[in-house]
Amino acid sequence: MIEFLTSPFTYSFMQRGFIAALLVGILCSVVGSYIVLRGMAFLGDALAHAILPGVAIAYLLGGNLILGAFVAAIVVAIGIGFFSNEGTIKEDTAIGILFSAAFALGVALISSIRTYAVDLSHILFGNVLGVSENDLIFTAVLTIIILLIVAVNYKQFMVISFDPILATMMRLPVQFLRYLMMVMLGLTVVVSIQTVGVGLAAAMLVTPAASAYLLTRRLPSMMIVSAIIGAFSSVVGLYISYYINIASGSAIVLTATMIFLFSFAFSPRRGRIRH
Amino acid sequence: MDSAHLVVENIEAGYNGESVLNKISFSVPEGQSLAVVGPNGAGKSTLFKVLVGLLPIRAGSVQVHGKPLGFHIDCIAYVPQRDAIDWKFPVTVLDVVVMGRFGKLKWLQKPGKEDYAVALHSLDQMGIGNLANHSIADLSGGQQQRVFLARALAQDPHILLLDEPFTGVDASTQETTMDLLDELHKQGVTAMVSTHDLNMAATRFSQVLLINRNIIAYGTPEEVFTPENLHIAFGGQVLSMHGVMVVDECCPPETPEVRI
Repeated sequence: MIEFLTSPFTYSFMQRGFIAALLVGILCSVVGSYIVLRGMAFLGDALAHAILPGVAIAYLLGGNLILGAFVAAIVVAIGIGFFSNEGTIKEDTAIGILFSAAFALGVALISSIRTYAVDLSHILFGNVLGVSENDLIFTAVLTIIILLIVAVNYKQFMVISFDPILATMMRLPVQFLRYLMMVMLGLTVVVSIQTVGVGLAAAMLVTPAASAYLLTRRLPSMMIVSAIIGAFSSVVGLYISYYINIASGSAIVLTATMIFLFSFAFSPRRGRIRH
Repeated sequence: MDSAHLVVENIEAGYNGESVLNKISFSVPEGQSLAVVGPNGAGKSTLFKVLVGLLPIRAGSVQVHGKPLGFHIDCIAYVPQRDAIDWKFPVTVLDVVVMGRFGKLKWLQKPGKEDYAVALHSLDQMGIGNLANHSIADLSGGQQQRVFLARALAQDPHILLLDEPFTGVDASTQETTMDLLDELHKQGVTAMVSTHDLNMAATRFSQVLLINRNIIAYGTPEEVFTPENLHIAFGGQVLSMHGVMVVDECCPPETPEVRI
């Protein structure tokens, strides 16, 4: 049994993979709590897809994939703001157009590479075993920064999410806090593509947080339970991936989905929520 | 608690280019308890949103304590219509009431013992101290209303604005709300309450503001509720039967939601 648990760790790339998956699992789950409560799941999914061209360009140029993703996320977020700001088209329409366009551009770029199928699948569904030492440091630093942002602005994020009217009356910088949340979401998506890929990043943002929502009554406990579920799914998913040889991202997301189904079945919230 | 003098001068406000309030002017003396009445779409909610700074004014000015809006951050408490809130958010009743104290805290400061004590006391005053640790998802409409009144109390306001507090709640919550207003009146808190219930306005408030995009009348209930004024405000929708006034219309939605 012990050997069963430790054997993956004999490889250093597996050790790095496990640490990366753990960090991403925790980070996505905490940020995801806001995504679930603020109804931003579509935006999270869109951002994840929209970073594909950045990853592809970085890949073609032999640069850092995460950096490429980071630049693309910022460009797309600004683009969404630009098209929807004037009020000419609705925000979700702008998101829909831009994320499909960016995704199409990304696929077009990657399809020009000879080893197209393998590369695309790594980017789409994650390649946790390809995490380099630099990627790991970058992920760890970003995780700490984002968790710090959450800790510093905890009270303010809660008010703008629960009661925007009160937030405005308290003269909170509501617009600034919203942008800060968008940036957090963008950064989280960028690091999550390492483990679950652009196709499944939204699941890591939403599924553990939604499971935790069903099991808890207060925001702090929701975030903690969400982080535990995210970390647990990541680790269990990687073991499954290692032993039955399936894509790591899929294994992690399916594990999280199982936890969600259990949470849904046993949730004390069900049946007593008024709309 | 200090009381506040509220002066509104020539304000114009509205949504998407359309004006809802046309050059409205009035002033509310310190410690006044004022009912705001008018038909659907008259601009009652719009007026409140202007007073708390949720909706920008296109012209005119609002002054509190002789200073423009925004100068005194925490002296106005506002209880919006209950559908403005996500009632499935994972917070307890006590969490919500403690939020009323956030305006007095620094950015990083956590609410302390005193803030929790004030919040619990406010809940007791509203008769729902026993619900402090309940999830807000479990509350009935009347209880939701009491939670928001308790939060407004915890804010320690000089001016209290209640938007339709008597709509869709049980009779005992209506009574608790009135008792609270009486109590605050004694403490010199200025209160403005919008309502569809003309009889409540006539019998329980010393001053009434009747509006329909303009001010139609402002004064004591006897001065305001004349057949002529009611006809101007409501057209043929209002019937006065043996001293009881009945308005032939249904309840909100009144104005489009503001995006903030």
